[in-house]
Amino acid sequence: MGATSEALIVCEHCDTVYQRLALSRGEVARCARCGKVLQRHFRLSANAMLALIVTALIVFVQANMWPIVMLGLSGQHNSSTLWGVIIAMWREDAGVVSVLVAATLFFLPLLKMLQLGWLLWFARQGRRAPGFVPMMVGLHYLNPWTMSEVFVLGALVAIVKAHAYFDVTPEPGIYAYAALTLLITVFAGIDLRQLWRTPEVAA
Amino acid sequence: MNALPRAAELGLIGCHVCGLVCRDAHATAGVAEVVACPRCGVALHRRKPASYSRTWALLIAAFIMYIPANVVPIMRTASLNDIDDNTIISGVVELWKNGSPNLAIIVFTASIVVPMLKFLALGTLLVTSRRGSNWARPQRAGLYRLVELVGYWSMLDVFVVALLTALVRFSVLSRVEPLPGVIFFGLTVVLTMLASMSFDPRLIWDGRDSDD
Repeated sequence: MGATSEALIVCEHCDTVYQRLALSRGEVARCARCGKVLQRHFRLSANAMLALIVTALIVFVQANMWPIVMLGLSGQHNSSTLWGVIIAMWREDAGVVSVLVAATLFFLPLLKMLQLGWLLWFARQGRRAPGFVPMMVGLHYLNPWTMSEVFVLGALVAIVKAHAYFDVTPEPGIYAYAALTLLITVFAGIDLRQLWRTPEVAA
Repeated sequence: MNALPRAAELGLIGCHVCGLVCRDAHATAGVAEVVACPRCGVALHRRKPASYSRTWALLIAAFIMYIPANVVPIMRTASLNDIDDNTIISGVVELWKNGSPNLAIIVFTASIVVPMLKFLALGTLLVTSRRGSNWARPQRAGLYRLVELVGYWSMLDVFVVALLTALVRFSVLSRVEPLPGVIFFGLTVVLTMLASMSFDPRLIWDGRDSDD
């Protein structure tokens, strides 16, 4: 064996060493010591994933352009987009929250989708994209910080809270967010590390 | 135990970023030398560096933030003749009374149960792993996975306050303003997430003799 081995897997959570298995459809390999998922069968081709990412990007743009909810009180109406939320928090001297919202709901999800799209565009031709290594490392670190699905639940809570005092009308943005959550759930199962196995030599 | 060999025993390291299994070059490299993963270039470590002290520090910082997050109101509702400040728990109570009890349970879980779970779970993991305890190891491993999975849902209340602030702006009739509690709460969530990331679950399985 050389200095590295593609034939082995080390469990991230307990350091146990295994031989890499060839999984068939729907199979999941779990660590016998700690139960952590080691390998998951890759259902989707690079093409299918790219299609999903592009769909998610389109829905993401809509979710951010369109107002999310409208409130009405004695003839007055008020609605807001995600950026309206970010700006409102900034103006109300809650800059920390404003930055958190902007990062976890806008910049990081956008960055994640753009990077994934870029990497997959090249992966479907069987090669590594320019900037492959820094992007893969970056994606590893930003992955836990995207929170669009939490925001959807938050919007639901806000609607129910507001419903006691205002006329609440859902706007298109909330539906776009719901669709985005479904798409995110689909590619949450993707093991990005598979991409590392595309050959290093560029065509 | 030989049936399940561990990387450290075999002189191997799994890169924590790209997963590549590498021969552990720390023994032959100089003491201060950084051994980088040949595939992704990130520094290789047998265990996450200074896992105990970093996790403790972040967890304690998170707990310090968590106290004002619960005591200080997170949101003010102002209408013509009434000003109402809500803390996290009074928001849950209000939602229970005149909204939806189901949703109140979800908010209670995300804002109270999940942060408490993280403090207790990570605290337990830190103490038992440091002792090299072999008590309930698979369950402790599962506990860590649970903490990782549910951690970020605590942001729920922060997003609710942010959304209501943007929506409820009816000049003098009715307004919602964020109060400092929500900032403390947001910081609590971020710090607990960082704490669970800096904990190395492999320590659960290490004996007394092999820490760091």
